[in-house]
Amino acid sequence: MNSARSNPINAALMHGALILYTLIALFPVFVILINSFKSRKKIFREPLALPDAESFSLVGYQTVMKQGDFFLYFQNSFIVTVGSLTLILLLGAMAAFALSEYRFRGNMLMGLYLALGIMIPIRIGTVAILEMMVATGLVNTLWALILVYTAQGLPLAVFILSEFMRQVSDDLKNAGRIDGLSEYAIFFKLVLPLVRPAMATVAVFNMIPIWNDLWFPLILAPAEETKTLTLGSQVFIGQFVTDWNAVLSALSMAILPVLILYVIFSRQLIRGITSGAVK
Amino acid sequence: MQLPRVRWHIAVFLTPAVLIYSTVMIFPLFNTLRLALYAKVDQERVFVGLENFRTLFFDPIWSEQFWNALGNNFWFFLIHMLVQNPVGIALAALLSHPRLRFAALYRSAIFIPTVLSFVIVGFAWKLILSPIWGIAPSMLDAVGLKSLFAPWLGKEEYALTTLAMISVWQFVGIPMMLIYAALLSIPEEILEAGEIDGVTGLAAFWKIKLPLILPSIGIISILTFVGNFNAFDLIYAAQGALAGPDFSTDILGTFMYRTFFGFQLQLGDPHMGSAIAGAMFAIILVGVCLYLFGIQTRMRRYQL
Repeated sequence: MNSARSNPINAALMHGALILYTLIALFPVFVILINSFKSRKKIFREPLALPDAESFSLVGYQTVMKQGDFFLYFQNSFIVTVGSLTLILLLGAMAAFALSEYRFRGNMLMGLYLALGIMIPIRIGTVAILEMMVATGLVNTLWALILVYTAQGLPLAVFILSEFMRQVSDDLKNAGRIDGLSEYAIFFKLVLPLVRPAMATVAVFNMIPIWNDLWFPLILAPAEETKTLTLGSQVFIGQFVTDWNAVLSALSMAILPVLILYVIFSRQLIRGITSGAVK
Repeated sequence: MQLPRVRWHIAVFLTPAVLIYSTVMIFPLFNTLRLALYAKVDQERVFVGLENFRTLFFDPIWSEQFWNALGNNFWFFLIHMLVQNPVGIALAALLSHPRLRFAALYRSAIFIPTVLSFVIVGFAWKLILSPIWGIAPSMLDAVGLKSLFAPWLGKEEYALTTLAMISVWQFVGIPMMLIYAALLSIPEEILEAGEIDGVTGLAAFWKIKLPLILPSIGIISILTFVGNFNAFDLIYAAQGALAGPDFSTDILGTFMYRTFFGFQLQLGDPHMGSAIAGAMFAIILVGVCLYLFGIQTRMRRYQL
């Protein structure tokens, strides 16, 4: 092979640059995590040292557990994320199937109408959304959030899923029809299982922005019993600004679930992005 | 005569999605634009036409805030275009190098900040840059640059740029991934043909790969534009609704939030908030149309 491509100095430089950037990317997370396990004095005196037997302290976590209802926040975030994802996937797949499978008048137009929402952020409509949620009594319920995130996620979901559904073989579906399957059975039993990888991609794409959103929880559901983890940690940290142990522990507790999710789904996420699902 | 068979299943498949999308997204969007044309006078909603927009653009008190937020927003976007996207492309170019070891590991690690929430990112950087904790000054001290340190987030002249850089740090993973995917899809034969003609290394990047990934760079630019012009969370998490110091980090998202929700002594005004949302909508629409009709159609695409 060509020598320019396997030059050892080049390789070393490339690794050097990538390692440097990886350190920049991970450093803040690392500093927060190690300091959350240290006593207040050590946080300030040796911020970069790992916690050891002498400096180890869980006092921050104790404050967080006592003062903030983090389990409730976590549960709320979980319900909202899972609820929205379920609706996005089910309703999105159904609409995508209708658009990709049947020819009917207005098909193109309907596709374009649904695609509008890919580029226009739903936040622009916040004033009217709040007004509507107040009018219907949904404000300060998790349903308000689930509905908003579902509406936000549907356009891209329909777009991606209908691309994939066009690739499902017609012969298979027609064979099902000859065997007397209803259109519903064809969708649920034949098509859905075949587009499962695309569904996973859509789920992972939507999961992170929903879990991390601050805007809609802040506006639609700021009550104590409906706070999501993101909003809960924001409020908690705002109240405990001067208690560094508590702030660092709250941050770490907010980081952990996301990191765990990322470790589980990173392969799916990266495959989804790199397979060109968003092109 | 035979009536056309009504295919009910199509309606059953389509209706739920269209219903939720229309009522929760499209209808409020237009309703917000409509609300921008009203104002509250003596507890009653009255139609005032474009009066709110006139206030927003020309009234001394409002317009100063609006143009400040808009200018800041453009600066925020510019930093992303000048730093985030080039760094993302450079990282992707390194990662896509054939036979680079640990590529998957680097890729996953560099993407981690992107999955964290703004609240975490905002506070984490606030702590690290804080002069009280002193991580940033002592690290600069270690390389002999302590004199460069300033409380970046607290100084009017640096705060916005600092926040933009934090946002770049968080989101560099997205251009990296998209460009990485585009680079991988370039067929090996083209690169080998270049090698035979003596085009290798950096030259191959500039002359062969970069022209081929231009469409992806276009997509990243428009995604960045839309993302930046409805940004809110990071500024709110790090600087609060007042976007301090002295509104120097105020962007359209925080301005709209303050206006429509109210803060401290100012009462919330949904109609002025809607007017700001209308302005944001127009800006995003112009950007998207420029991209779709001005850039995307003119870009040369190569059949790979």
